[in-house]
Amino acid sequence: MLDSVIFYFFAGIAVISAALMVTRRNAIHSAVFLITTLLATAGIFLQLRAEFLFIAQIILYVGGIMVLFIFVIMLVRLDVPLPQIRSGLQKWIALFVALTVGVEAGVVIFLARKAPGQGLLIPNPAPADKLPPNTEELANSLFRSYLLPFEIASVLLLVAMVGAVVMAKKRTEAP
Amino acid sequence: MNPTLHSILAFVQTWWVELLCAVLIVLVVPLIAGYLVLVERKVMADMPARLGPMRVGPHGLLQPIADALKLLIKEDSIPDNADRFIFWLAPVLSMTAALTSMGAIAFGPWFQVARDINIGLLFVVGVSSLGPFGIVLGGWASNNHYSIIGALRSTAQLISYETTAGFALVSGLLLAGTLNVRAIVEAQRTDHAWYIFLAPVGFSTYLIASIAETNRAPFDLPAAASELVAGYMTEYSGFRWSLYFVAEYANMIVVASVGTTLFLGGWLRPFPNVHWLGWLDAAPILLLAAVGVYYVFRAGKQPARVQSLVMWAVAFFSLVVSAIFVFASPFSHLPLAKMHDGLYGAFWFLLKVSAYIYIFMWLRFTLPRFRFEQLMRLGWHILIPLALVNVVGVAIALALHSEFSWNRWLATFFTTLATLGAAMMLLRWNDKYSAAVSAALLADSSIAEDPHAG
Repeated sequence: MLDSVIFYFFAGIAVISAALMVTRRNAIHSAVFLITTLLATAGIFLQLRAEFLFIAQIILYVGGIMVLFIFVIMLVRLDVPLPQIRSGLQKWIALFVALTVGVEAGVVIFLARKAPGQGLLIPNPAPADKLPPNTEELANSLFRSYLLPFEIASVLLLVAMVGAVVMAKKRTEAP
Repeated sequence: MNPTLHSILAFVQTWWVELLCAVLIVLVVPLIAGYLVLVERKVMADMPARLGPMRVGPHGLLQPIADALKLLIKEDSIPDNADRFIFWLAPVLSMTAALTSMGAIAFGPWFQVARDINIGLLFVVGVSSLGPFGIVLGGWASNNHYSIIGALRSTAQLISYETTAGFALVSGLLLAGTLNVRAIVEAQRTDHAWYIFLAPVGFSTYLIASIAETNRAPFDLPAAASELVAGYMTEYSGFRWSLYFVAEYANMIVVASVGTTLFLGGWLRPFPNVHWLGWLDAAPILLLAAVGVYYVFRAGKQPARVQSLVMWAVAFFSLVVSAIFVFASPFSHLPLAKMHDGLYGAFWFLLKVSAYIYIFMWLRFTLPRFRFEQLMRLGWHILIPLALVNVVGVAIALALHSEFSWNRWLATFFTTLATLGAAMMLLRWNDKYSAAVSAALLADSSIAEDPHAG
């Protein structure tokens, strides 16, 4: 009972603020509602007993990426160049993406409903009364089972970062 | 009975300790923040041998309450061109982040809101990383140049130093092997050492980064009074301003608590495994009794009758409480003994947190403020590499201890030396490099012609 109340509370907040995020004219307001959406998603993670994902979502997305977003929005005057970026094609692309995602979600829900009264199949559901040691399990799967993909992703990110620094660097003659 | 009411009652019955702790934190932290301001003013006054606030109450003890009243009845002004929604939201966000992150801190073995979460320390760090939003949004919503410059400075600073603080925490967490706050403290008991001794470089970098994260001198550029009026708080007044203020001091308590938990042994007394220091267990009660005895002697010598009455009351209270604990100590099965455990832990924890915060104040009145590019250089060129090298060093020490069964202190000693050596090399290289860069910048004609440069 309590679980579903918590889930619908956070899901409602996430959906409403996502809608508000898209409809606001002011970029900072949009960013604030995006923060709310991300926080509500983190709340859903916590309700699903994924506490490490909950805090990772808060630290990375809210505490890291969104701070940078707001930083950039404040530095760049978005209200001036925005109408030039907007084109007629944008509306159709957005419609296409939205439809694709909607169909995808519908298919997943439809397939999950095949067994009557059953939701999605969960292999090893966590017990409701005790939290599993998320952090350890995540570390085990990242650093034992999937070490190579993890390292490849890290190297890729590092390359992107070095590339960004090189591109943004002011060219002065190094003595 | 109404089922909703019934379920609420059942909820309260299960969680009443946690609820009580949460309510206590929300009620007490603003008061503590007020008294921290008083302590800060007293420390500030003491350094040039002045007296500080003396008028309101004995030795200015009621000054925070007078200040709070003044702030509450002050006019709450909102600038015409401010973004009203964000202007309202920003200080609330700061305050919420600071108070929520206290939820996972263990202020002693029994006083903790979120008791058994496995991500304890990460929760504190993560939620308190929402604090910058309050600052940056407040600065933007004020629609004022001073505010926005203060907000930008503050965000840049927080992003830079959060990395250092994170790596410093990692070096401590490697030793503890867990994120659970209580398990971290217990790990320091079983390891027979506070982690400040096993990761001294980690603690130093965390100390510096935590000062920068709370925007305090010498890193107080976001609110530098001589440059930016009050930085991001310029347009705020009255109650909203006091929310920012309380959030700032609550953040100090949070970072000090994290440092205490991870590096200074949490609620353990100094040398928790040395038996002949066992009398330290009685220190809180002895201190309380000593205060009582002192007040008995001083009460008769007060000039005003009210003052001596108050002092008699305090003396009576502390003597009675200490007597209760002394006579109840043999009966360890009583709930009172449990309470004694909690109080005793909270005593050491709060003592360490206070010492940590005293260092903050001491530095504030000792060091001059950094320039912005000095701040960035310290953060990015020195502290982050140092913290990174230190994580590797601590990991190597741990591996030497567990794989090659070295003595832990020996391993720590060598890796700390190696880390410091690497830091020295970094510093030298950095000095050479930055001297070259500033020479190149000076040679750049566009800067040399700028009349405001330098």
